[in-house]
Formats: sequence, C-alpha cells, structure tokens
Amino acid sequence: MWCAPPAVAHASAFRHAGGVTDSPAGPAESPAALAAALRSTGYLADDGLATATFLAMRMNRPLFCEGEPGTGKTALAQALAQVLGAKLIRLQCHDGIDAAQALYDWDFPRQLLHLRALEATAGENPLDTEAVEASLYDPRFLLARPILQALQTTPSVLLIDEIDRADDEFEAFLLEVLTEHAVTIPEIGEVRATVPPLVVLTSNRTREVHDALKRRCLYLWLDHPDLAREIEILHSRLPGVPERLAAQVAGAVRALRQADLLKPPGVAETIDWARALQLVGATHLDVDSAAATLGAVLKYREDADRVRKQLDTLLAS
Amino acid sequence: MTSTETPTGDPIEGLVGFTVVLRAAGLAVTTDRVAAFLTALDTLDVTSRTQTYWAGRLTLCSDPDDLPRYDRAFEDWFTPPRGGGRTRIVDERTPPPPKLAALTPSTQEGSDDDDDAGETSQVFARASGEEVLRNRDLAELTPAEREHLRRLLALLRPELPTRRSRRLRPARHGPPDPGRTLRGALRDHGELRRLHRRDHSRRPRRVVLLVDVSGSMEPYADALLRFAHVVVRRSPGSVEAFTLGTRLTRITRELRMRDADRALAAAGKAIPDWSGGTRLGEVMRAFVDRWGQRGAARRAVVVVFSDGWERGETDLLGVQMSRLHRLAHKLVWVNPHAGKQGYAPVQGGIVAALPYLDDLLAGHSLATLEELLEVVRNA
Repeated sequence: MWCAPPAVAHASAFRHAGGVTDSPAGPAESPAALAAALRSTGYLADDGLATATFLAMRMNRPLFCEGEPGTGKTALAQALAQVLGAKLIRLQCHDGIDAAQALYDWDFPRQLLHLRALEATAGENPLDTEAVEASLYDPRFLLARPILQALQTTPSVLLIDEIDRADDEFEAFLLEVLTEHAVTIPEIGEVRATVPPLVVLTSNRTREVHDALKRRCLYLWLDHPDLAREIEILHSRLPGVPERLAAQVAGAVRALRQADLLKPPGVAETIDWARALQLVGATHLDVDSAAATLGAVLKYREDADRVRKQLDTLLAS
Repeated sequence: MTSTETPTGDPIEGLVGFTVVLRAAGLAVTTDRVAAFLTALDTLDVTSRTQTYWAGRLTLCSDPDDLPRYDRAFEDWFTPPRGGGRTRIVDERTPPPPKLAALTPSTQEGSDDDDDAGETSQVFARASGEEVLRNRDLAELTPAEREHLRRLLALLRPELPTRRSRRLRPARHGPPDPGRTLRGALRDHGELRRLHRRDHSRRPRRVVLLVDVSGSMEPYADALLRFAHVVVRRSPGSVEAFTLGTRLTRITRELRMRDADRALAAAGKAIPDWSGGTRLGEVMRAFVDRWGQRGAARRAVVVVFSDGWERGETDLLGVQMSRLHRLAHKLVWVNPHAGKQGYAPVQGGIVAALPYLDDLLAGHSLATLEELLEVVRNA
C-alpha cells in the first residue's frame, strides 16, 4: 500500500558503496544524509527518526519502533531497504510463532522422496547408511525461513513486524539471534551473517515487550506527524494530489485525531482518504465528498456515525 | 570522543551524571544502556544539543511513559542554570520499608513452657480465628487482624485460567503429526512404524484487574491491592493490574516485585489519585482506548473492583462497559457491598454496567475473594 516510486539514483549508488557499517560514503555518512536519502524514496524522516536509523546502522543495533498504528513503522523498513539497495525480508509475528516458522525447517516430504529414490536405484547393492543419512541433511532440503534468509542475504533489512503478537518465549529466542547474528543448525553447523542485517522490530504495544529485548535495541517512539509534515507526506506519496485537497485532508484528519474516537486515523488512513477522494474526482473536501469516502479513514461504525453528524463543523475548522 | 567544552570539564563524567539523574527519575537505566549511550554519542556529534538529545532518548528510554521524564531531566541537566548553581543529584527513591518483626501479635509470649493441652487449644483457637477472619468484612478489621489477613493473602495460590493455544504440541490423542511421523520414519529408513499425534497446547489466558481506589473504596483498597499483587506475582506475564480513580494508572510493573510491602509502596507512589474522587466512565474509556482495545482486554478475563459510585453521568460508563464486554472473554464486577444484607444493585454505575456483566460478585472478605478466584479460574 505504501509503494513509492523507486529511488533509482540513490539506491544504485549506495549498493556499490560497500558494507553498511564501515562505509563513510552514502546515506550512512550522517543523519542528515540519511534523511535526504529516505526522502528520495518518499519517506519523510524527522531528526529523531534519521538519527535513530543512522545509529542503528552504525552501532549494528536493532531498531525497536513503537507507536500508534499507522505512524509508518513498517514503511520505515521498506524505505530503508530501498535506500540501502538491500532486500527486505519480513517476518510477521503471530500468536504461537516458533523457531520452525522463523528460522528454518527441514523439507520432510522431499527427504523421504530422496530416500525412496535411493532405495529404488540401489537395487541389489546394500546402501551405506552413513552416506545416506549425510545426504538427507543436505542444504538443498533446508527451508530457510525469514531470519535465516536475512543472515544468508547481504545486504538485507530484516523486518520483524508486530513482535508484541508473539509469545515471550519467542522473544527470548530472538535475543540470541539478534546479538550473535548467527544461528546453529545441528546437522549443518553455524550460519553466520557476513554483514549483519539491519533489523527493524515493530510493536503496537498490545503487550509490553520484555526489557531484555528492548535493552539490546534502540528505542524509537513514533508519533503522528505534525500538520505541515503530513501535507508533505501526502504530496510525496500521491504526486498528483491538489494542494488544497492535501491541506484539507491533513487538517480534517488532525481534527479527527482530537475528536476522541475509538480508533484515531493514522498516516496510512490519511493517504487512503486522499487517494479515495482523488479517485472520485474531488478537487477539494466538502461535506458530500467527505461523507462518501469516510470509510477510508474511519473503521468503526460508532466513529463514522458520530463524525457524520458533525461533518460540517469538522470541515469548517 | 572529541574534546568538547561542557561545563563539567570531562564530558564523559557529565554524561554519566545525566544517566544517574535519569535513573533517579525512574528510568530503567542499566550499565549496558549507558555504554550504548556513549557509543551513540561517539558516532554522533556531542556538541550538538539535538544529537545528544536523540542519542540519549534512543538508547536510555524504553517506554512511552519514559519520554516526558527524559525530556524533563534532559532540560534540567543540559540547560545552563541561571542562578549559577548546579543540578544536584537527589535520590528520590524512598528508603526501603522496615521489615515487620512479627506478623501476628504475640498474645501469649510467655506460655512457651505450658503443657501440651494449652498449646493445642491455642492452635485450635487460632485456626477457628482464621475461619472467622476469612468471613469478616475487610473494612472492619482491627490493625492486628489486618496484619493477620495480609499473611493469609500472601498464602493464596491462585489458579489462573487457560485458553487453547494455536500451537500444536506432541500429544497422545489428536490429529496425526506428519513432521514427527516422517522423522520417525526417516530413522527407520523410510518405514512408517508409528503414527505420532499432536494437539493444541494450553496457554494462560490474560487476566486484567481494575481496582477502584477512590475515597469510597478506601477501606478495601489496601487489601484489594495486596490481592492483586498475589495474582500478578502468580503469573507476571499474563496478569495486568490498573487502578481507577480520577485517572487510570497501570501498576503491573510495580506489583511484579516479590516483596508485598515494597510492591505496594511502589504502587502507592505511582498512583497520583489515591482516595480521590471517581470518574468511572472516563477512566474506563481511558482503559479501553489505551489498553483494552489494543489487546490487553482481548479474550481476557476482566475483573473490576468497584462500588459503582459514579459522580457524573452514567451513560458513558454503560457505553464503555459494552465495548469491554465485546472485547473481553468474561467481564466480572466485584462490589464489596454486594455481600451485605439488603444490598440491591441501585448505584448509578452498577445499573449502567449490569447488562454487560457476566458476573456480579461480593468481594468484602477473604472468603469471597477466594470465590472470585474460583470464578476467574473457570472462566
């Protein structure tokens, strides 16, 4: 949903600039340079965010982003991957996620097939048990899940999304991977990243993440952007949006956030709303067009009912 | 680190001093965080105020609640004092409370050398006394009984509810487990000899305790918070505790401390509106907005301890209780007055909340609190 025009010039220039950590050139030169590079991908970073991502690269620390839904936590990882010319590898956390879904798994059906194939071709000759077993644990039967993929891919950005949805046992497991940048597979040995991936963790604060994990990360709290920045974001995400419409939408969303709703709209909703208005051909925001497209910005019936009644006062302010 | 012109002379000393101030302000500043802070500054520009600010905020904070405290401390520490004096490092933490020497008043200290008969009768008396105490109203206890009750509360071992997890575990019964079955087959050169099975495991269900600490609940507040401490300690990962008054305070972190007196002292410090008024509706909305809807109350057992005295309009409370009812697995209201003779749920708050409750229980004595635990466990 947050797709932006690719930043061709920047991305390719930095891809050849070498490793992230020790390269003085490129976006990792200073927070300001990084902010400019992020801006070219369509992601507008303020001082704090630029400093945070800059430090995350230089200090090789995961970046722990927390904030209201729709403040651009996931989009940050996507923009960073674009800036660094790195592959974005995403691990969506959920209740009950375990190592086999995050790290690696063996492809049992193929192993079994391989075994049967060996039996069939062996004919009368007895099979060498040792060799057969060794051939079963060949890397080609290894299914690399996101974390292992990130360790094997250079450069890469690993996005661990909504860590608060996973169980606490999973956090403990992450601790090990995030500090060592390596995993051990008993049958193969250690897999270590040549250049550690840039790790971005996000949380919606449905649950407090354990302090031991937070301690190893840089902690970034993301707030809703201010009015001017939100208008700027609208322009960069939706290039054709009229000046007046962008300002009106950003202003209205700002008013909605203060209106005590069940689910205050985030930046993603602002963009959706502006895009919806653009699609229905509105050049400015009025009561009719707002009422028709309200579903893009408010997702609860109670909220929509309340706002619909006061639309004129909301738009007047 | 580049040499800088900070008023303290050695910049590192000044920066570490800043972390000490933060620790005193209540941030969880650990040594490795300080090290990260210094590394971050080394990477950035120490002479820039903004960069110093962000280096500290990114490495030393770990919670949105930390941010205002950090901002205040940063302002205090890095703004040159106008009067010429320096910010002093003051340890604002209260000294640990003295340990209680005796938990129950020793009534017959000198009767050690009495004969067996005397001793057994004393034990018997104590036991039956406990039985009486279990059913006494918490608001009408003498200080000695209160002390005894604390000890009884600390002995509670509540069983908490569980829910079916999405995760599958090896089990005796249940659907077949292809992975383990095939792995077993691999060991036997591809021969399927045994069918392994798996089933859903059980995980603790979240429990949320909301304790009203307004003036009208004051006689019960101490005992209820101790009760909350016991429950939080039992399963720190799955129990959340909040106090309701004129505002909402999360006290889970404080109650996770092992020692009950310390935990309560810390919680007492965190609660700004102890024995104040109640605005149940607004506070409940704050809870559902900030915590409940995000996940704390989803599929949880939510227990509200309150007498339901609502000063303002009760419409708001009704709306919030209906939201909570839709989010929670079970919504239980505990009213200390509900166990008294002639009680009828007529208080404004209770009337508004009643349609959305799964259970309305009494909570005025230890026995009724134990009943509550039973209800929570079977939820």
